[in-house]
Amino acid sequence: MNVTGIIIAVAIVAAIGLFIGIFLGVAANVFKVEVDEREEKVLAVLPGNNCGGCGYPGCSGCAAAIVKGEAPVSACPVGGDPVAAKVGEIMGVKAEKAKRMVAFVKCQGDCEKTHDDYHYTGQKDCQMMAFVPNQGPKSCNSGCDGYGSCVKVCPFDAIHVVNGVALVDKEKCKACGKCIATCPRNLIELIPYDAPFAVACSSKSKGPQAMKECKVSCIACGMCAKNCPAQAITVENMHAHIDQEKCIGCGTCKEKCKRNSIVDLMK
Amino acid sequence: MNGSYVLNLVVIAITSSLVSNVVLSQFLGLCPFLGVSKKVKTAAGMGGAVIFVITLSSLVAGVIYKFILTPLHVTYLKTIVFILIIAALVQFVELFLKKFVKPLYEALGVYLPLITTNCAVLGVAINNVNYGYDILTGVINGFATAAGFAVAIIILAGIREKMEYNDIPKPFRGMPIVLVTAGLMAIAFCGFAGLI
Repeated sequence: MNVTGIIIAVAIVAAIGLFIGIFLGVAANVFKVEVDEREEKVLAVLPGNNCGGCGYPGCSGCAAAIVKGEAPVSACPVGGDPVAAKVGEIMGVKAEKAKRMVAFVKCQGDCEKTHDDYHYTGQKDCQMMAFVPNQGPKSCNSGCDGYGSCVKVCPFDAIHVVNGVALVDKEKCKACGKCIATCPRNLIELIPYDAPFAVACSSKSKGPQAMKECKVSCIACGMCAKNCPAQAITVENMHAHIDQEKCIGCGTCKEKCKRNSIVDLMK
Repeated sequence: MNGSYVLNLVVIAITSSLVSNVVLSQFLGLCPFLGVSKKVKTAAGMGGAVIFVITLSSLVAGVIYKFILTPLHVTYLKTIVFILIIAALVQFVELFLKKFVKPLYEALGVYLPLITTNCAVLGVAINNVNYGYDILTGVINGFATAAGFAVAIIILAGIREKMEYNDIPKPFRGMPIVLVTAGLMAIAFCGFAGLI
């Protein structure tokens, strides 16, 4: 057995290892990048879901933006007020009270209120509907297809398909905005947690057609907009929309709506 | 540098990028090939990082082999030494980029440390030595091999993106269909054998 050979081999590998160790150690010091220590503290109090609801790439991106001053201390929509207060403490800023928002699906055309034009046996996926005849089997071409693309992307288990229509669980929703981005029909919007009324229809069909398609469709008659004392309602693209900033919650629109398209969210 | 040397370099580049593609015919670096080929964008990021690291590591491994291992008559240590060198090199490059080339560091992102232990990187370094390439040829070979990897992973990612919309029989869903696809791609790449 060649003992010298073994010793030489061990010595060479050890020498290379030692050299690399020292070299990397020195390099780590020379090329050190100063990281603001507040960034780590902010990151520690953020929820850590990396949902991207703030618009930055993950929680670390959000923390960096907060420390740089590019984002407000309440930038995290998921953490809400408690997290904003903690971040504000680290940053030395008093957090403004952020309004809690929740997602809302602007459709209530479930299996009873709409019907299927034909029997569809293809892939059950919302994104597929753009490629199938008449944009999906549902009588209404603008409403929720109920195949649950939003359910799949929700990181908080806050949205579910109930009787063929997506429904948001207000308590669980953290307003991260993932469902809004994924819905191919743009049916979901963010409204304040305490919004009293909302129009639950996005139909783009004209009156008579809309009536045929769904029992609770908005036919853009404009009665709600005319009678709203706060001028909070506009009718565009053949359906009404309530500006929640202006809404005073009087409920006149719901009373005036003959189609039951406006829902009482406080119930 | 004469004409036949340059011609030889071109032949080596074509051979290692297309004809004997690193993943599809040598079966090296399969892990990232299957793992990060879900989206074209991430696949391109991975491909870029692999090109960067393999080219650099071919150079460094070639220099170490020629000026340290050969004079000391310990060329049999090449595998373990190359592993050490490549791991350290990637670490160092990461430090360097973070400090001086932030945009590139952010573009390569998590893929840079991921390929520290990629067998394609080690495979190229060892192939260079086994085929007796000089340092320049080794670097060209490394670059071409990595470019071949990038081409293969981007093509696979493109196919996988389209496959999302297909109605695939249940037993084939997920990894099986990806492996079938990769196999068919390997057969397609056999066609390049006629190039040289």
